[in-house]
Amino acid sequence: MSRYTAVTDEDLKAMLSAIGVGSLEDLFADIPESVRLGREIDLPPGLSELETHDHLAALAARNRHCDAETSFLGAGMYDHYVPAVIDNLLSRSEFLTPYTPYQPEISQGGLQVMFEFQTAISELTGLPVSNASVYEGPSAVAAAGYLAKLETRRSKLVASRGLHPHSRAALRTHAAGYGMTVEEVELNAEGATEAEALAGALDDDTAAVFVQQPNFLGTVEELGELAEVAKSTGALAICAADPLPLGILKPPGEQGIDICVGEGQTLGNRLDFGGPSFGFFAAGERFLRKMPGRIAGETRDTDGRRGFVLTLQTREQHIRREKATHNICTAQALNALAGVVYLSWLGRRGLVELAELMLRRTHYARKALGLEAVNPGPVVREFAVRVPDLDGLFECARAKGINPGYRLGRDYPEYEDGLLVAVTERRTKNDIDRLAALVASVREGVVA
Amino acid sequence: MSLDPREHDTVTIFERSREGRRAFTAPECDVPDVPVEKLLPASQIRERPAALPEISEPELVRHYVTLSSKNFHLDEGFYPLGSCTMKHNPKLHERVAALPGHARLHPLQDPEYAQGALELMWRLQGALGEIAGLPHVSLQPSAGSHGELAGLLLTRAYHEDRGEQRTKVLTPDTAHGTNPATVTMAGYQVVKVGTDEHGGVDLGDLRAKADDEVACLMLTNPNTLGLFDRNIEEIKRIVDGVGATLYYDGANLNAVMGISRPGDMGFDIVHFNLHKTFTQPHGGGGPGAGPIAVSERIEPFLPRPQVVCRGGDNGAEPRFDLDHERPKSIGKLRGFQGNFGVFVRSYAYICSLGADGLKDVSQVAVLNANYLKARLAEEGIAEYLPIAFDRLCMHEFVLSGQGAKDKLAIKTLDIAKRLLDHGVHPPTVYFPLLVDEALMIEPTETETKERLDHFAGVIRAILAEAAEDPEIARNAPYTTPVRRLDEAGAAKRPVVRWRPDAENPGDPDRAADATASGTGAM
Repeated sequence: MSRYTAVTDEDLKAMLSAIGVGSLEDLFADIPESVRLGREIDLPPGLSELETHDHLAALAARNRHCDAETSFLGAGMYDHYVPAVIDNLLSRSEFLTPYTPYQPEISQGGLQVMFEFQTAISELTGLPVSNASVYEGPSAVAAAGYLAKLETRRSKLVASRGLHPHSRAALRTHAAGYGMTVEEVELNAEGATEAEALAGALDDDTAAVFVQQPNFLGTVEELGELAEVAKSTGALAICAADPLPLGILKPPGEQGIDICVGEGQTLGNRLDFGGPSFGFFAAGERFLRKMPGRIAGETRDTDGRRGFVLTLQTREQHIRREKATHNICTAQALNALAGVVYLSWLGRRGLVELAELMLRRTHYARKALGLEAVNPGPVVREFAVRVPDLDGLFECARAKGINPGYRLGRDYPEYEDGLLVAVTERRTKNDIDRLAALVASVREGVVA
Repeated sequence: MSLDPREHDTVTIFERSREGRRAFTAPECDVPDVPVEKLLPASQIRERPAALPEISEPELVRHYVTLSSKNFHLDEGFYPLGSCTMKHNPKLHERVAALPGHARLHPLQDPEYAQGALELMWRLQGALGEIAGLPHVSLQPSAGSHGELAGLLLTRAYHEDRGEQRTKVLTPDTAHGTNPATVTMAGYQVVKVGTDEHGGVDLGDLRAKADDEVACLMLTNPNTLGLFDRNIEEIKRIVDGVGATLYYDGANLNAVMGISRPGDMGFDIVHFNLHKTFTQPHGGGGPGAGPIAVSERIEPFLPRPQVVCRGGDNGAEPRFDLDHERPKSIGKLRGFQGNFGVFVRSYAYICSLGADGLKDVSQVAVLNANYLKARLAEEGIAEYLPIAFDRLCMHEFVLSGQGAKDKLAIKTLDIAKRLLDHGVHPPTVYFPLLVDEALMIEPTETETKERLDHFAGVIRAILAEAAEDPEIARNAPYTTPVRRLDEAGAAKRPVVRWRPDAENPGDPDRAADATASGTGAM
């Protein structure tokens, strides 16, 4: 008996007797001898709770996390503050331990949360319908590509190189399955997507155009122009967006974007070395019946009381099987709850205040570093600069407990000397000044 | 304003908003207060703030605590939802997942400074590979269905590497809905294989449909009827004969850990549902994780990046790294390295249980299922809810509600709804599709005999009550925060967000002509 099972000797006797077999082994009679393991699994014996805790804690201690250094690392996930209410609410068994709400009468809490989440995402993106979450950002981009295929029956996808490298990679991986090709469009000299370059890549077999707001370098894109280019050939305009900057940026839905997807980590989710977080998927009304994933809808019960259900389930795999609009089953309900609690905690004005603070500190940081900008145009939370001695900067910074950011050369050979710097509300002026001083000292060849 | 507390509690957070309230105070702006208009182009500035709620922290907390109280959950009671493996979620896991070294670690941290995280992933890969009997593991897929998609993309890459273009994937008619949905998304055509009289794959049908156009057979064993397919070796021979791959849907792995391994059965690709077998809490619909384990011939195509261990020989400290150089890889399935927070919980679980504990899990899961099946085969129940295939089952079993429908004039849905009044979660209903009025029951190993006995007693009571007055079940539930909901109306005129100016979506006209119906599929 392990500590999570509870069969006493007496139970075992009574249960086997009720079943009508002599031993536990007899229950496995259907498994042919030739496919039985015939030995113990080769794993260590079980540990006590204390030993397991200490082993996991020792592993955790070998990671340099964001409290252990001053980090300017972003590139898709960001070190934002997660308020205490989120830890408190997410740890409640009532939210943590139910399954997907297949029985709405006993799942009204989870269903109403989904409905509120959908409302908040719809507000941020400026698009009328949102689902209740998908896995995460890049696979949400791939899901939008699949919707574009279902909608247009065309075979080509065009993606700006301003789209996150992981999103472009996930799009290519998934598109190989649903039979589409992906063509990339270079960024211009200012690190922005150029409408003309985009137009040049489109043809009448293009199902969709993908851009990102702000793009991977942090540039605020001219979404309206780009959406217009897409639409001129009948392609869908798809935008991957970071929901937090959308607090001050014009909503994609107000600029002709058909589908807005994105990574939701910035909304109240921890970094967790990359997941779990949530992806969101919002779109125009006409796509409602082609959306992937769960959607909560409002209705009434037999007594006329307000209630919520999973709706439009005939899109989904458990009903529609091979004709489903996507195969997704388990999504990210708990992470989406963190998202809607976070947005409610910030509130209408708080979201703007937070985004404006990031905006100002980011512009301050770009100026303070005094390096050549890869993308000199407008940015919100992140920007890219060229660093003459990137290795030297990292060596020096690491020794001082600073993580200067992300090396762009890992994904962009054209920016081999590029550094992507993220400034969240957790990075103060003092932190920024320390990084700037370091940059200056490395440039002068002075290793302090 | 209504004074009915139940009415008051359905107010959305948006309706609770009052201008000027707040839960958030912004940190001080310590840099120059440059106007936004100078930093952003006019064309991209939001004209009006997003209409998010304005609410104080106390009211925010009350709102969500009140909502939470309307959820039935695993820590509250029995949850025998077939195919979903609703086992206890050990509380230690939340504590270790929240350690700053895990929770506050950036996914792009240099591997040199993330050795603990990479070692944890490496160790979890090793353990999952050993449990599955397939040595090569990718933790990347986000959930079971994502793992299935990965499996078919790997299958496609494998065949294309051999210069073959195949078009079809075989799935049994008992398969989880995700299987055929995945086949379509992966660009293949679904070909259904029938079920024989013992509940296994119909070998004659399989032989007839297996040809060199077939890329893969997707199977779960034990299958969704909870039955171990005794012909697994013959199935493997047939699939091998046409050069297809064999895919294992690991949703039902909880039945066979330490007893029989998919790799030893001949499977090429397995996905794990870490949120089922390996205790990641379901969270009301996620997060999960769907790692895959594969055979030698599939390994070259695994997603990027792979966690690798370099060195460690001759007493040297091993170094863990992310290997992006995989020329034949299908590429990335998602961002970063996968749902690491889920890996922490599942790894803690495997450490706690060890080899013998994992075997104990499967043995007790099968014991509990067979015991409950025996209790539900007693007189007073079995004549209404006969077992679909009368054999020893594995971790779950399927009853048919046809008897109750014929003899008591109540449907499986009515039984499910009446169970809600008794404080237990209903089984998965109306799945698998080949059983009429199906109830699919998976008790899991973490339930005690007393809980199982109680459930059998409740089922007996509901049937006895229906024999007296079927109307009671037909109109159930009565004690839940809401009663049966108008799902048809919700789909006909979808209201999927709150709007300040919208018509009342539950207007009396709509409520009046509502035919309350339920889809109870899993």
